[in-house]
Amino acid sequence: MTQPSTNTTGPAIHNEAHQEHPIKLYLVVWGLLFVLSICSYMVDYIGIHGYLRWSLILLFMVLKAGLIVAIFMHMAWERLALLYAVLLPPILVLVFVAMMVSEAHYVLFSRLTFFGTGP
Amino acid sequence: MSQVTQTETKAPLPLPEGVRGFASDWASDQRTFKNVSWGKAMMWIFLLSDTFVFGCFLLAYMTARMSTPVAWPNPSEVFALNIGGQEVPLILIAIMTFVLISSSGTMAMAVNYGYRRDRRKTAILMLLTALFGVMFVGMQAFEWTKLITEGVRPWENPWGAAQFGSTFFMITGFHGTHVTIGVIFLVIIARKVWRGDFDTEKRGFFTSRKGHYEIVEITGLYWHFVDLVWVFIFAFFYLW
Repeated sequence: MTQPSTNTTGPAIHNEAHQEHPIKLYLVVWGLLFVLSICSYMVDYIGIHGYLRWSLILLFMVLKAGLIVAIFMHMAWERLALLYAVLLPPILVLVFVAMMVSEAHYVLFSRLTFFGTGP
Repeated sequence: MSQVTQTETKAPLPLPEGVRGFASDWASDQRTFKNVSWGKAMMWIFLLSDTFVFGCFLLAYMTARMSTPVAWPNPSEVFALNIGGQEVPLILIAIMTFVLISSSGTMAMAVNYGYRRDRRKTAILMLLTALFGVMFVGMQAFEWTKLITEGVRPWENPWGAAQFGSTFFMITGFHGTHVTIGVIFLVIIARKVWRGDFDTEKRGFFTSRKGHYEIVEITGLYWHFVDLVWVFIFAFFYLW
């Protein structure tokens, strides 16, 4: 990977890095994203079910998201100060997921217990 | 931010890298994002907040789907299209995914040509990106029309759990709104690129600040984020 070249004309003390990379890199990532999308579509088309389906969906999703953030949004070349500031907070959403899973189980339990198979 | 009085004529001190750099950047008692302009940092922080908005939508969808004893409609059948007398599952959604990924590809190249100060190619690629965005919104409008004529409403649908309609309209509607705003944003910036505003450093009509090609990258960040959200919606809503 090439390092971003720094802007030498700006007056700022710490020059802002401009993201300049060869076009080929973007074309390769574009191709990879196409392949990964075809893979995740095939999961549905072939009709894989159960845990294999869910793990494949998650795998292709994470790979696609990683490529977009790292290469297209240039996060791979940013300093860790920005990377951690942006990428760590969303992980907290997983805590929220855990809370809502437990809540959803409880709601389902109450519905089945008090309303039969109601809404 | 760019009005800096230069008191030191020597080259700036090198910034430490890695985790040490992370600690020193945050502890520097100055600007935290050392080599990122305020515009880019603000766009990232906005995108972080938008991540939470979409995160909450997908969470609400998960909670609704997990807490209902009624079977969830099978998205593979709901979003199938009849092509040549054959039901092809999820085909429209797959095409929409490819269109959005292609728009991300052209956007990334527009950013690249922007920094090379290639005015023509940048503007053309940005307009191409906007065109893909319009195609995406068009297909989404088609999909909404199809589902509404089939009887999907936020409170009911012919196939199963009533919550399907409300989550579908909420999530895809909010995403479609983001795409539409992105298209408007792209067209405005592409016009400025085409006119050469960033070569002459023309001052903006609203902000009176000098324009730079960096705005193309900032627009790109927003656009890639829209694509990123679609990756998650595609996985969780359409494929799960």
